[in-house]
Amino acid sequence: MKHTIIAAGLISLSGAAFAQQPVLTVYTYDSFASDWGPGPQVEAAFEAECACDVQFVTAGDGAALLARIRLEGAGSDADIVLGLDTNLTHAATDTGLFAAHGIQAEGLTLPIEWSDPQFLPFDWGYFAFVHNADLENVPANFTELAQSDARIVIQDPRSSTPGLGLLMWIDAAYGEDAAMIWDGLADNIVTVTPGWSEAYGLFLEGEADMVLSYTTSPAYHLIAEEDASKAAALFDEGHYMQVEVAGVLANSDQRELATAFLEFMVGETFQTIIPTTNWMYPAALAAEALPDGFETLIQPQDALLLSPEEAAMRRDAALETWQTALSQ
Amino acid sequence: MANRAQPISALAGIGAAVAVLVLCATLLPLGAVFLRAEEASGLRAADWAAIRFTLLQAALSAFFSVLLAIPVARALARRNFTGRRAVITLMGAPFVLPVIVAVMGLLAVFGRNGFVSHALGVFGLPPIEIYGLHGVVLAHVFFNLPLATRLILHGWLAIPSERFRLARSLGFSPSDIQRHFERPMLRATVPGVFLVIFLLCTTSFAVALILGGGPRATTVELAIYQAFRFEFDLSRAAYLAVIQVGICAIAGIVLLWRAAPQTLGAGLDRVTENQAPKSHVMLVQDVLAIGLAAAFLALPMLALVLGGIGDVLGLPEVVWRAAIRSIIMAVLSAILAIGFALPMAALMARRAWRLGVDVIGALSIAVSPLVIGTGLFLILHPIMNPTQLALPVTVFVNALMSLPFLLRALAPAYLQAERSQGRLADALGLRGWNRLRHAILPRLMRPLGFGAGIAAALSMGDLGVIALFSSPSQSTLPLEMYRLMGSYRTNDAQGAALVLLFLSLALFWIFDRGGRVNAKA
Repeated sequence: MKHTIIAAGLISLSGAAFAQQPVLTVYTYDSFASDWGPGPQVEAAFEAECACDVQFVTAGDGAALLARIRLEGAGSDADIVLGLDTNLTHAATDTGLFAAHGIQAEGLTLPIEWSDPQFLPFDWGYFAFVHNADLENVPANFTELAQSDARIVIQDPRSSTPGLGLLMWIDAAYGEDAAMIWDGLADNIVTVTPGWSEAYGLFLEGEADMVLSYTTSPAYHLIAEEDASKAAALFDEGHYMQVEVAGVLANSDQRELATAFLEFMVGETFQTIIPTTNWMYPAALAAEALPDGFETLIQPQDALLLSPEEAAMRRDAALETWQTALSQ
Repeated sequence: MANRAQPISALAGIGAAVAVLVLCATLLPLGAVFLRAEEASGLRAADWAAIRFTLLQAALSAFFSVLLAIPVARALARRNFTGRRAVITLMGAPFVLPVIVAVMGLLAVFGRNGFVSHALGVFGLPPIEIYGLHGVVLAHVFFNLPLATRLILHGWLAIPSERFRLARSLGFSPSDIQRHFERPMLRATVPGVFLVIFLLCTTSFAVALILGGGPRATTVELAIYQAFRFEFDLSRAAYLAVIQVGICAIAGIVLLWRAAPQTLGAGLDRVTENQAPKSHVMLVQDVLAIGLAAAFLALPMLALVLGGIGDVLGLPEVVWRAAIRSIIMAVLSAILAIGFALPMAALMARRAWRLGVDVIGALSIAVSPLVIGTGLFLILHPIMNPTQLALPVTVFVNALMSLPFLLRALAPAYLQAERSQGRLADALGLRGWNRLRHAILPRLMRPLGFGAGIAAALSMGDLGVIALFSSPSQSTLPLEMYRLMGSYRTNDAQGAALVLLFLSLALFWIFDRGGRVNAKA
């Protein structure tokens, strides 16, 4: 009995039913392809027009995705990697595994210019500290936060992309003075978690006043749960961005199909799926086209983002600063 | 002496083969990661700090788990009360919970917004500060106290009841009983229990980081994560993993070398009668031990039940499908684990091999899951798509990971069965399968049931290597729960956590109960 179940499982996994169609293998992070992420809708919508079979293969997050591609090297089955961010694209480019996308993406609505020849953005967000709307004396910048007695929970930059984002945020906003900010923040930090989920969970359980997340997080509670009790703190030094991108593998045996997918990715269908599934801003959709509720979100004055080269160059020193400040 | 074990040399031979297989399965992935490393690199100061912290927290956690488990196990061994069985079953629960679920349960009790802090607030006291080394140890004791208690309880129940009867008729005082029966039993049992918990805690990562309060609480496993995903420095990741294995091998040899095998002699197989001493002081002691341990373990779980109960029925279908997949995998992995452990226990009953096999069996939990997963991935990738092997590989690795617990429970019982029944079996000319079936297995039912229960429940709750291999269509229940958490669906995640808790406990209970069907009481 058990053997039949396993055998049935293995057969269905091998995708025998789609054998006659070309298969487009998309490596992505876990929450993108989960039943609650954009994955299932994106797959259905693209399959409706491509006469192909889209198969997602998942890794934990962007960094795990890049590690997996590096492990597999040129022998990878992946046609597309979707879900790296600009803190990772420099290392990704260095592997030599990615090809130029060759797409003139004119409709991008990012608050910054985009010119990367290999990676194309599909969504983006601002990092922010999320808190309960009834929190008093919400700090307006990192200096105020460091001086306040607000308790915050953050993610470890070594194991989490938002955690690394915060590192780059403080580095981009304060440069030389970053160490001072981290020293000041040390006594506000309740704890550091391995990933975003744990930190957000601790915050919801009331272990901290604020959690490092995105300006779009309150939109989830508002739209999906009709709960307006969460807000993001607007910081006057600007907010660091996370731009999520996709790229085509140079060794892909479905280059044409992969390029078609990237074009589809910055098109309206894909982009309208993003806001209420990935809870990020779509990378190529006018503000008016965003779902109701997004207009309530805070609008940072300055969008901070280090270039991939700078981010790669300053990362190790920033990590060292962080570790020193928090280990005392 | 040695030739008494001779008639079952076939099983012991299989045991040797299994031991070699286990050793390979543990070390080959490590080698694969080394080979794949592009350049050699050494360790840094921060890595040594991580090693020091790992050793410190693991030693403290194991020490306190064992120290606290002894009075609880003794109380459970000598008292009989309504609900005793329920307490013993619940003892299995924390151990098998996915880390983040257990942490959330603990925080609901001991956190800043937790029950204890609120109770303190009523008296105008500040909330307790759980984050720090003490928080890490508290969480590890929560995970491992039950395991320690169960393993030590096995030791107590293995003391033949004829001994207690004889002692009573000779007018032994409780301290005489302690000196003659209990201390030798503890000397034989405790080092192994300490070792297993120590090893488990050395690969801890999320618990240590979250409850440790930040990068001060960096463990070797986190340093491996950093090397692997932050720097893609496979060589450093492999070095760290080698150090992990080295530490564990040394700890294993030191602890198990001196652990004297039990020499309690033969009995007539009766389950220990409850030898409740008449002393009032001891009664208070026992009530306190059981009461406090039960409260410490049950409150966080109660918090999980209350947190998730309202969301169970509304869980999406995909969660239930993942649950069924997880159950099948857990049962398969328990069967496989028994298949590994029984021959290894037979081999360990032959003295010459005991230490080596014991240490090999313990190593599998000492190697970084990330390195094992990555290594297996590297080995499989050139042959076939690892994603298609995700489920079988997970079953295999889960079986390996539960081996140390099975061996802890099984090996002493096997040795005891050989000692007490071996001569009779020799005299009757029982050999091979018949000897195993009539002389040995009936005496192993209790540890076998317990071990299979642990293996199944552990597999149920383990996120493990599946996270490295999975594709969206073949997730397990813990993975699905993490996905819910990662998509803001905290309520559904709590519901899924409760289902997971219930299923793990149910599996554990069924196996554990199955093991005791033939046993009186």
